[in-house]
Amino acid sequence: MAAEDASKVSENRRRLIQGGAALAASLAMPAYVRAQSKEPIRIGHLTPMTGFLGPMGEYAVLGARLAVEEVNASGGVLGRQLELLTEDSVNPQTASTKAQRMVDRDKVFAIVGEISSASGLAISQVTNRAQKLFFQTGCNSNELRGANCSRYMFHLEANNTMYVRTIGQWLLKQGMVKGKRWMAFTADYAFGHDLFQQTKKFMDENGAEFVSNDMIPTDATEFSASMLKIRQQKPDIVISNLAGNQTTNFTKQYHEFGIKVPYAGADMNMTSIWGAGKSAFSGTWPIIWTHQVQAPSAQAFVKRFQERWKKLPENQAVNDYLAIILLAKAMNETKSDDTDTLIKYLETAKDLDVLRERPGYFRDWDHQLMFEMYTVQPAEGGGSGPQDFMVTSDPVPGPGESLEIIAPTREENACKFA
Amino acid sequence: MCGAPLRGRPGLTEILVAIELIFILQQVANGLLLGCYYLLIALGLSIIFSLGGVVNLAHGAFYAIGAYAMVFLTERIGYAGAFIVSPIVVALIGMAVERLFLRRFYRADPVLSLLFTFALAMVIEQALRMVFGASPLSFSIPEFATGQLIIGEFFYPLYRVGMLVVAIIAVTGTWYLLNRTPFGKVVRAGIHDPDMVRALGISLSPVMTAVCGIGIGLAGLSGVLLAPITGVQPAMGQEILTAAFVVVVIGGLGSFWGVVLAAILVGVIRGLTSYFYPPASEASLYLLMLLILVLRPRGLMGEKFERLE
Repeated sequence: MAAEDASKVSENRRRLIQGGAALAASLAMPAYVRAQSKEPIRIGHLTPMTGFLGPMGEYAVLGARLAVEEVNASGGVLGRQLELLTEDSVNPQTASTKAQRMVDRDKVFAIVGEISSASGLAISQVTNRAQKLFFQTGCNSNELRGANCSRYMFHLEANNTMYVRTIGQWLLKQGMVKGKRWMAFTADYAFGHDLFQQTKKFMDENGAEFVSNDMIPTDATEFSASMLKIRQQKPDIVISNLAGNQTTNFTKQYHEFGIKVPYAGADMNMTSIWGAGKSAFSGTWPIIWTHQVQAPSAQAFVKRFQERWKKLPENQAVNDYLAIILLAKAMNETKSDDTDTLIKYLETAKDLDVLRERPGYFRDWDHQLMFEMYTVQPAEGGGSGPQDFMVTSDPVPGPGESLEIIAPTREENACKFA
Repeated sequence: MCGAPLRGRPGLTEILVAIELIFILQQVANGLLLGCYYLLIALGLSIIFSLGGVVNLAHGAFYAIGAYAMVFLTERIGYAGAFIVSPIVVALIGMAVERLFLRRFYRADPVLSLLFTFALAMVIEQALRMVFGASPLSFSIPEFATGQLIIGEFFYPLYRVGMLVVAIIAVTGTWYLLNRTPFGKVVRAGIHDPDMVRALGISLSPVMTAVCGIGIGLAGLSGVLLAPITGVQPAMGQEILTAAFVVVVIGGLGSFWGVVLAAILVGVIRGLTSYFYPPASEASLYLLMLLILVLRPRGLMGEKFERLE
């Protein structure tokens, strides 16, 4: 990070010199040229960079930075450059404080990011009061789109219902729901609790027999007791509602204990799959995006990301990338930096490129971005290459099906914009 | 109990209770094994504190270095080589840190060493993040140690049984060194009365370097052993450090067997809580510590140190 900081300092210094030169030149120029060298548009970027969500946050930063570089290289927004202010959001209290500071002191135009649902809610309260846009890129909790929804908040991340129904469709097809005994392991915080409720609802509605649910503290890394319990209960299927590093370790230890019970889960990230490694990755999981998505815009993004960062992008990078690209697109298309105009545009645009086969759109009543999802599972025969030991399914919902079939309806997750 | 209704006909109740009992015994056995991992990391913490009076908040960071060294070296010199070299590398780093920094704090205000090791822990964690990235590194159990040991109803992964053997050898070795060798006599004398040892013309300075090497090397060894199980990521040290402190506090300062007893107790309590009431599995450690400290303020087998009272 020190090297990066150093380069940022020299970059800043360079920009200062450039700015100084521009300022000197502008004094002698007519006003219409001066508009070109206006102050940059600042975007606050908050994401957890440490703790159990840290690995994803690292990709969030890379995605957001790439987006800003691309936008600026293609002329910026409304003739102005974008400037990204990235900070570690740490926890809900810190996230709230930093969001407030970004709004008050740094005068950011919008805030992008976050992964923890609890921190996302805290940031949303700040942006709501300040009437600033907040593009949240990693919070799954349904409540953020329901009881706690906000007119200023847009959801790039899928909600828990979308995850559960994506994997649910697959489980139903495999005949692993009706009459089957299932055990759950759930991350003991807002996201996990919400996800478990959605999973239980789905399994109950489809005739599965509930055995037990264990709430697992987020800082737990060792799961031998859970593994022995699975062996004792002999369920037909184990469902994980865990998060971040928990998922990696649980999956590794599932393999270590040689448990043969089918294993699936309702939330997965490529960082967890790569972290578990080729030999330990098992089960079938819903995922919002992988580098294996074959859509042309997805593959072009993979190429650009790899060229810039020398590694493959993962799903979190896509969300933070898209958030900035879509914000820039909205501002350029409407030629406006008025928040209400932008909200209106985002609520009505129907053909957004979301790096998938089908275009996506924000629902106007809860601001959920609608897009194709996928399932991911180990590749037969081990796959190709050290980072390609998994296969990504065809899009869910399939061709011809509405994107809405996996998402909650107005009745299921009511949202009222104040 | 435990959210798992016993299934079957009522006439079989006794058999089912017996089976349930076997599962509980298995959880106790699992707890004993967990205790051994805690022991490895807590033991080093305890001896460094006992002799130097330094609360080493960077102990978890050395554990993380051990795990990263293991991943890094396995790719280059193979599993067996990395298994031997990694703890030694960590021990050498530990000795260098002692020589350069820690020894300045033995006679200073304990707050200074606390601040220094806290900062060191953060520097190491960030350094690991810079070099290896924030994402967990994938590292698996070596091919020869995969599989499970099954004896009747008892069932356990082979790798963890191997870990237990290595942990027992390391702890026994440390015990032998501290209790049956001239070096150990100096260490123990130094713990009780450093001034008298100096007065007898024995320099404690090389002894301290060696003790830090051993203590930090043990932390490195636990990192090596746990790398394929709990994931290799920069913050892994923080997670285990708190548990290690709880073990040291429960065991009592200066007592080898106190730490052993506390580690096993913590392992078993944590194992059983994970089984019966998982949400409290992490909290159970602190409740246990609270209880022990109320009953025995110096820990289970803590001795009275004049210089620490």
